[in-house]
Amino acid sequence: MSAAINSPVEPTTPVGKAADYLDQRTKIGVLTKQLVRKVFPDHWSFMLGEIALFSFVVLIFSGFFLTMFFEPSMELTEYHGEHPAQLHGQLMSVAFASTVEMSWDVRGGLLMRQMHHWSALVFVASMVVHMMRVFFTGAFRKPRELNWLVGTALLILGLAAGFTGYSLPDDVLSGNGLRITDGVVKSIPVVGSYMSYFIFGGEFPGEHIIPRLFTLHILVVPALILALIGVHLFLMVLNKHTQYPGGGRTDKNVVGVPAVPVFATKMVGNFFIVFGVLALMGGTMAINNVWNYGPYDPSLVSAGAQPDWYMLFLEGSLRLMPGQGTEWVIFGYTLSLNVLIPAVVIPGLLFTFLFVYPFLEAKVTGDHREHHVLDRPRNRPVRTGLGVAFLTAFIILAVAGSNDLIATHFVMSLNLITWVLRVLFFVGPVFAFWVTKRICLGLQRKDRELVLHGHETGRIVRFANGEYIEVHRPVDEQERWIRVSYDAHRPLEIAPATDARGVRRKGYRSDRRWQRISRFFYEDRVEPVTPAELAAAHAHGEHDEIEAQRGTPELVSGSASGEREH
Amino acid sequence: MKALAARRHHRAAPVVLLLLALLVTGGVYAVLAPSPATADTASVEDIETGYKLFQANCATCHGPNAEGTSQAPSLVGVGAASVDFQVSTGRMPMQMNGPQADDKPRQMNEEQTAALAAYVASLGPGPAIPTEEQVDASKGDPSSGARLFWTNCAMCHNAVGAGGALSEGKWAPELHDVSERNIYNAMVTGPQSMPVFNDANITPEEKRDIIAYIVEQRDGSAGGLTLGSLGPVSEGIWTWVVGMVLLIGAAVWIGAKSS
Repeated sequence: MSAAINSPVEPTTPVGKAADYLDQRTKIGVLTKQLVRKVFPDHWSFMLGEIALFSFVVLIFSGFFLTMFFEPSMELTEYHGEHPAQLHGQLMSVAFASTVEMSWDVRGGLLMRQMHHWSALVFVASMVVHMMRVFFTGAFRKPRELNWLVGTALLILGLAAGFTGYSLPDDVLSGNGLRITDGVVKSIPVVGSYMSYFIFGGEFPGEHIIPRLFTLHILVVPALILALIGVHLFLMVLNKHTQYPGGGRTDKNVVGVPAVPVFATKMVGNFFIVFGVLALMGGTMAINNVWNYGPYDPSLVSAGAQPDWYMLFLEGSLRLMPGQGTEWVIFGYTLSLNVLIPAVVIPGLLFTFLFVYPFLEAKVTGDHREHHVLDRPRNRPVRTGLGVAFLTAFIILAVAGSNDLIATHFVMSLNLITWVLRVLFFVGPVFAFWVTKRICLGLQRKDRELVLHGHETGRIVRFANGEYIEVHRPVDEQERWIRVSYDAHRPLEIAPATDARGVRRKGYRSDRRWQRISRFFYEDRVEPVTPAELAAAHAHGEHDEIEAQRGTPELVSGSASGEREH
Repeated sequence: MKALAARRHHRAAPVVLLLLALLVTGGVYAVLAPSPATADTASVEDIETGYKLFQANCATCHGPNAEGTSQAPSLVGVGAASVDFQVSTGRMPMQMNGPQADDKPRQMNEEQTAALAAYVASLGPGPAIPTEEQVDASKGDPSSGARLFWTNCAMCHNAVGAGGALSEGKWAPELHDVSERNIYNAMVTGPQSMPVFNDANITPEEKRDIIAYIVEQRDGSAGGLTLGSLGPVSEGIWTWVVGMVLLIGAAVWIGAKSS
């Protein structure tokens, strides 16, 4: 063969031959080479999104199994399975009966159901944690705003997948959830009752909702999630991964390890761990034992009826809303503000915040640069504060959704808890914002101290003249890099109200408004240490050190609480 | 026979026959009618003892003749079942005022409880303590019990009897550790915030079905740890405490390995 000239290396192993065969026909080698050598920064917090991805894989596998046995039908049937005894001969929908049968009569069925449900809870939880990481480190900044939007859409789709799945078994809890949904839809002015009829195919509960939710749950929502995960990962590869600040890391490079073998190995390892933990949870911890709630009957509701954790904020928002005086009848039409505000307006505001934040921040910062180095949360006090305030509001609502369990388990009055949480919902986020911002500013000041004066060593030295000083050890270069390489943004500066000829400038009012918001963000700030400041501090410090070295006998040594500025 | 036949027109015969008929009816009734257990066994001495115990432990709040005061209700007509429930679960005598009397280690032993029950039952007719057979879970139908429980009890006590909150610091207790007899007692007497489920409302057989359902729940869950059977909130908490802590911990571990 003349190939000896063109391809000096002939594959010898079976794998090599197969790869060569494929490459000659698809040129896949070019793509693979790029991906294999792609560099990923290494940090544990970059694996949080992977947890979400892998729990979604487990969801698909276990869900595939469940569809083999689930019958999405609201036909009535009598239960004749041997177990559990408490359902013998009861009238129920086929959907409920098939859920119970797959749990008790199908080998591994209960394990699969429980794994599926735990995976769903972990899926949303890991998305939330991943989102927190992205938010607090500012990874949503240019060029990743679009990917932030994709991620937020994925979160909403995750909630939709969870909600539709929760409703499928047609037990009392899921029916209660659907009833609330029906109420929420009906509270929307003008179109509400039409939409409710549209969704349920008539009056609630009707006979159509389970098959409809089934199609959404196993086809539409997962397909959308898969597609958006594709976009999410593609954009991640395209934009390159962000990296934490550190020596040598800039907005123009990526410092990390190649995808193969290191990163891929870690990824596969993480997959097995996620799979293992979910299997362990599904195998040992009971979840959603629907036979305990019973088949759905619109007249039943039990104590402790709540949605899964990610919907608790909605439940809590409804529980906190005062009912009296908030339902208005206008010209014979009822406006149910008691449902509309907590179940439509408040979640709407929360998600709007998530969607617009990257653009809002870019606007008030006047920032058009690309960012690949992450922020330390302390260096963006207002962003960090807003994020914590958001989480506080979310958590207060979720706690309100569990108010009955808090009442029983902490021996408190349900009414008192509700009132306290009503106040906290307004006060808590503001307080959390203020505290977080102060802590961030304090940490930044501490960083300045550290860079200028070094670490405290606990060594106290007394000079001949009786003066005490504590000896400080200067920070090393890496430590300093992390602490000084950030931007302390200033509030926007805007053009004056009138132009050179004294004519009112168009758009001045709008500029003023943005400047006010910008001030809110950047009025309070701690500037990073400048080289000049550092040089000055060093000169001062050396002076101390020289004095310290001048052979003054050390009188006190060891850790001491007394410290001194120098 | 002839002698009997000859006297059938005796003018005392109707009276004798009537007496005989009454005797038979009464006898049959006495044998067949559900008899309140304590009413049968309660002796005069029991009532005496109960009266003394009552004066020493209960009269301060319930009044010297159990007629009730501004602080505590009258006990005339509450029946032996009510006393049996309140005293054997330790709710009475009450330790302190609060939204609701909580159960605690019982203050009276079996005999004292029975004596107190006998005394209170002697004040006026009321629900009796159920018989062993009435509360035998193995004779009940858990499926019928489940339906009844979900319809009548679950809104306060949770779908499997794990308990729930009521207004202003009151609560519906969890039922896993409540004895079968006291579940029955509670249904017929409606202690504290609980409504009365009398025999017209839920028949004694149905009450036994309910007990059968509750007893079945004591076996735990086929799915593993029940996590308190509290529903999605506890599942959510464990998602974070077990699932997310393990997974984030693993991520930190993997991330720490090389860098």
